[in-house]
Amino acid sequence: MVSGVLDFLWLVPALPLLGVILNGAVALFAERPLLLAEESHAPAPYRKLVAFIGPAVVGGAFVVALLSMLELAARSAHDRLFVQVLFPWIEAGGFSAAAALQLDPLSSVMILVVTGVGFLIHVYSVGYMSHEKAFARYFVYLNLFTFAMLILVLGSNYLLMFVGWEGVGLCSYLLIGYWYEKKSASDAGKKAFIVNRIGDFGFILGLFLLFWTFGTVNYTEVFARIPLLSASGTLTPAIATAITLLFFLGAVGKSAQIPLYVWLPDAMEGPTPVSALIHAATMVTAGVYMVARSNALYLLSPVSMGVVAAVGAATAIFSATIGITQNDIKRVLAYSTVSQLGYMFLACGVGAFTAGIFHLMTHAFFKALLFLGSGSVIHALSGEQDMRKMGSLKKHLPITFTTMFIATLAIAGIPGLSGFFSKDEILWKAFSSVHGHLILWAIGTLAAGVTAFYMFRLVFMTFFGESRMEPQVEKHVHESPYSMTVPLMLLAVLSVVGGWVGIPAVLGGYNYFEAWLAPVFGHGAEGAAAHGGGHAPVALELGLMAGSVAVALCGIGLAWYLYRVRTGKPKEIAEAMPGLYDVVLNKYYVDEIYDILIVRRIRDGSVWLWQAFDAMFIDGIVNGVAAVVRGAGDAVRRLQTGMVGNYAFSLLLGAVFIVGYILIR
Amino acid sequence: MEPSAYLLLSGILFGIGVVGVVVRKNALIILMSVEIMLNGVNVAFIAVGSHLGDATGSVFAFMVMTVAAAEAAVGLAILIAIFRLKETVDITELSVLKW
Repeated sequence: MVSGVLDFLWLVPALPLLGVILNGAVALFAERPLLLAEESHAPAPYRKLVAFIGPAVVGGAFVVALLSMLELAARSAHDRLFVQVLFPWIEAGGFSAAAALQLDPLSSVMILVVTGVGFLIHVYSVGYMSHEKAFARYFVYLNLFTFAMLILVLGSNYLLMFVGWEGVGLCSYLLIGYWYEKKSASDAGKKAFIVNRIGDFGFILGLFLLFWTFGTVNYTEVFARIPLLSASGTLTPAIATAITLLFFLGAVGKSAQIPLYVWLPDAMEGPTPVSALIHAATMVTAGVYMVARSNALYLLSPVSMGVVAAVGAATAIFSATIGITQNDIKRVLAYSTVSQLGYMFLACGVGAFTAGIFHLMTHAFFKALLFLGSGSVIHALSGEQDMRKMGSLKKHLPITFTTMFIATLAIAGIPGLSGFFSKDEILWKAFSSVHGHLILWAIGTLAAGVTAFYMFRLVFMTFFGESRMEPQVEKHVHESPYSMTVPLMLLAVLSVVGGWVGIPAVLGGYNYFEAWLAPVFGHGAEGAAAHGGGHAPVALELGLMAGSVAVALCGIGLAWYLYRVRTGKPKEIAEAMPGLYDVVLNKYYVDEIYDILIVRRIRDGSVWLWQAFDAMFIDGIVNGVAAVVRGAGDAVRRLQTGMVGNYAFSLLLGAVFIVGYILIR
Repeated sequence: MEPSAYLLLSGILFGIGVVGVVVRKNALIILMSVEIMLNGVNVAFIAVGSHLGDATGSVFAFMVMTVAAAEAAVGLAILIAIFRLKETVDITELSVLKW
């Protein structure tokens, strides 16, 4: 198989793995003894090495990924599928799964986002984490995470996807709990891991059902067998619904949707670049990727599509409202992420998988930028995260302000920026697609307005107005080093131009993105929806577009009014309806409700199992057996008199019995 | 030759030995009683062997005598060892193997 660059596709995941090994060796043999000794704080010489290896391997992977994509683009549209089998992995009876990488338009987009944004975040981390002692350990985790994510998106079968799926879950636990001395951080790590586990449970059940139905877990084989198995009655809509809903449970956990989104806001305990990498650009999008990858299965089940769309829309509006009231800069972004992920699922649920992946990509740009920008703010303010103690940072942090402002415009859906094109495509598809519904569109549009409001609230509170900083913090305010601001600037550029690959036809552009992904999604209702969209009146599409922009502008205007003009007003509003405000401020008490309904129930059940079942029943059996044996021993040991005469007599008795038995018989 | 008289003698000897083993308290006497039991059996072996014209009975008797000699030697040695330790050979006082 001669494919030029594509033969080196294995380098894409292999390079980050190399970084894990090299940095891991440094962390183990150079850094760990130093940390244990807790000696001088002099900068260790290995730091420069780690600071080079960490980003370099991801950058190398990005170059290979980019070349591979260009190679793929050079092929004809129907030939854009490349599978590289590395080695046979599991061969058991009729089951076989190879460790194979699959590059197609969908995975090529994903690896570019993961390695590209990931590389910038790695570079940023060098500056952001420069004061940390466990520097090498951080980059080991970060490289390992990138490796797992690339396996997730590049694997050619569901089992390999599951390996990457678990890998990113593990790394998120390690990275969220990076500051493990802090109890809240290690708790957040555990919470993320356990909540994800609930979703993984669904994923693996879906995997079993998939294999049971199709007899294979390879993407190409599964999708190729769908028509045949549907015709023969093996693959009924009920089974398709079961598989896809179980998969969706996994996606709900990984991508932080209702009801399993609770781990993501807590995960802000991790270092900020980690939030940018895991909770904006890569891991949380795994669920969207999985749904999009399984689009042929989802399209078999209208029920699943409806569930996906409804959950996505509900999450989008629900977490957007929480974002309004939060005061921690990173928590606002966290709820914003949950909300934007809801959009992506809304897109998938209405059959607009392209729009979902498009939004995934643009969101990766501007949300990574927002997180990194907030990290820059936090870095400048010596760790302060409360927006009530910020303000007027515009003049202190010009680069951070400019880039974050661009990202805010992008996420708010201002025309011309990346977020506008992707979000508007989702809203349009929610309205026009055969799977869409007016309510879904209305919720999405409303959420867009709320998004614009809380994002501008964040910007106004952070960068405008009077300074509310602590005096000793204000003295040290400084713009971040170049290793942090350059990634911000690059991401800002991407946030602007990233959407230009998918300008809808109605605006006189050409949707290259849709054309690129068509080989993966083309065989579904996406084509039908696009077809239907073509027939819809252009005026309607333009009208809706203008409507959503107007809603976004309303949100911005409201934020301007409340946080720039009448700064006392938010407090008045909050005091006017204390009940509602408290409920939203406390995140609808979802954590508390889960605690009462689930966590305590499980704990009570466990206590019951411990005290009633284990201590009484299980231990009762064990102790009972011992007591019986002991009692029997107590009774029988009386026979051991120690008197030789008795023994001799019983010997005689025995002999008499035996002889008597033989004689009588 | 009718062996019943010899067998009767054998039974009597064996019975005397058994009673001696069971009722006597002196370990030396018990050992002697065991010897009587063994010789009672020997009588039966030889009588039946002679009756059937088979030498196996006599061979067995020699065998038993050999073992009995060894047994007596070991038994007496143990008794002497016990006596040195406890100054007695009364089995009612030798009950350390009790529970």
